[in-house]
Amino acid sequence: MSTVPTALLEIRDLSVHYPGRANWFFQTAEPKRAVDGIAFTIPKGQTVGLVGESGSGKSTTGKAIIKLAPLTSGQILYQGTDIGRLGNADFLPWRKKIQMIFQDPYNSLNPRADILGILSEPLEIHFPGMSKSDREQRCVELLRDVKLPPEHLRRHPHEFSGGQRQRIGIARALAVQPELIICDEPVSALDVSVQAEVVNLLQDLQEKLGLTYLFIAHDLAVVEHVSDHILVMSKGKIVEQGVPSEILGNPQHPYTKTLLAAVPRF
Amino acid sequence: MSAAPLLKVQDLGVTFRSSGKETMASANVSFELRQGEVLAVVGESGSGKSVSALALTRLLPGEPTCTITGQAWLDGRDLLSLDETEISKVRGKEIAYVFQDPGTSLNPVYTIGFQIGEAVRIHRHEVTDVDAAVIKALEEVHINDPRKVANQYPHELSGGMQQRAMIAMALACNPRILVADEPTTALDVTIQKEIMDLLGRLRKERGMSILMITHNFGIVANFADHVQVMRHGRVVESGTAEHVMNHPTDPYTKGLIACIPRLGQRRRRLTTLSEELSKS
Repeated sequence: MSTVPTALLEIRDLSVHYPGRANWFFQTAEPKRAVDGIAFTIPKGQTVGLVGESGSGKSTTGKAIIKLAPLTSGQILYQGTDIGRLGNADFLPWRKKIQMIFQDPYNSLNPRADILGILSEPLEIHFPGMSKSDREQRCVELLRDVKLPPEHLRRHPHEFSGGQRQRIGIARALAVQPELIICDEPVSALDVSVQAEVVNLLQDLQEKLGLTYLFIAHDLAVVEHVSDHILVMSKGKIVEQGVPSEILGNPQHPYTKTLLAAVPRF
Repeated sequence: MSAAPLLKVQDLGVTFRSSGKETMASANVSFELRQGEVLAVVGESGSGKSVSALALTRLLPGEPTCTITGQAWLDGRDLLSLDETEISKVRGKEIAYVFQDPGTSLNPVYTIGFQIGEAVRIHRHEVTDVDAAVIKALEEVHINDPRKVANQYPHELSGGMQQRAMIAMALACNPRILVADEPTTALDVTIQKEIMDLLGRLRKERGMSILMITHNFGIVANFADHVQVMRHGRVVESGTAEHVMNHPTDPYTKGLIACIPRLGQRRRRLTTLSEELSKS
């Protein structure tokens, strides 16, 4: 192997299996192997793109990293420490370092809280010593970071468009100053014009704050645009990985070829 | 084809009225759709593209909430002046719809077969064997085990299969025009290609006309004959798909095309619509 930049996150032999349901005769069905023994590393300051169709296990992989999906086996090494087997309380410091942005900006924000409440909550958990006025100050900064005006602080999610809500989702992830952000289909639900703005924002923030991204998506063109390294996932396994020009210019695995052929060209 | 258009829409406008406030959803929309032709209507959310298509068969709240103006002739009949009984014969039978989200458009408590059969029972009284018609409709959209699928409920099917079932339902009454409202937006690229290939084949075999509502220029380039770009309820540009894609004249169209990331053309930053609009 050639010289690898320092890995922020290293995944070794990760599996997530969901048990099959028992039938009438108490026979248990085969477990569903959502993620089946995958390994990859995310170098610090880079973007690793993860593509695959629905059901390929790409979202489950992202969720398993931050303990939102149960780990069956394998190791999740964050700067050398295995965080895969920690209990909820022990995991808290890592949840501050690893944040997540979700696909659906309509369902991932609490409809009853205003933006100040949504952005303050992670601050209250991870910075319990912070005074109320400092928190509000920080929320204003966060809105400025994602290019929303500070007077939006008292508004509720329903008053925003899809693109604006996704910016709020990004601000919430940024609130605790994470190092790694798992972006789970962050632009799939957005119009093309809004998609470009959000992608540019994510790239600007990466440059400014030195963030590392795991970028999960099914749109190959977007993944090619943002990624330093691409992983292709199918049926719970990583079938191919490499730099974007390799994967797109000379795909090896039949599934990658199918995926490429399906993208409309013009 | 230079035959008379199957559907001719002139100055179609839709205005919503709510608590004394009027909102113009679309205005002065005009287009022609010939037999076997695909017209793509492109625009961002809220540009009025879906509402214009729904207005054709008045699938919108009635007066005074919603006012539809203009004319829409289907084979010389003005759809907008038909009464409720007459228009309900057009809906489904002559103009059928496929919507974006099959998961919420299908009724969760009835089987797929029942829902397709419902359309047949309402619109095609001459059919005596409804079950056979249902199976035939499912076979047409390349569902492998039509008998099994006919007895399944929507939640038992994947997104791609649900969308096939929706298309089967729309086709069961042999419509002359299919309105496809973002039929593949919720689907994966591989499934998207299968659905588009399916629609392309049906258009060729049946000479069906398709009104395709989309924000994906990839689909426009590969599938449409004509394209119409809408913004804020108005048509900003229209022409043949090839011409509009290669020589867009309106800054908004240029912006929409420029902001799409394309495979194999990596740039440092994506062009945004506002940057493109501020150039002009």
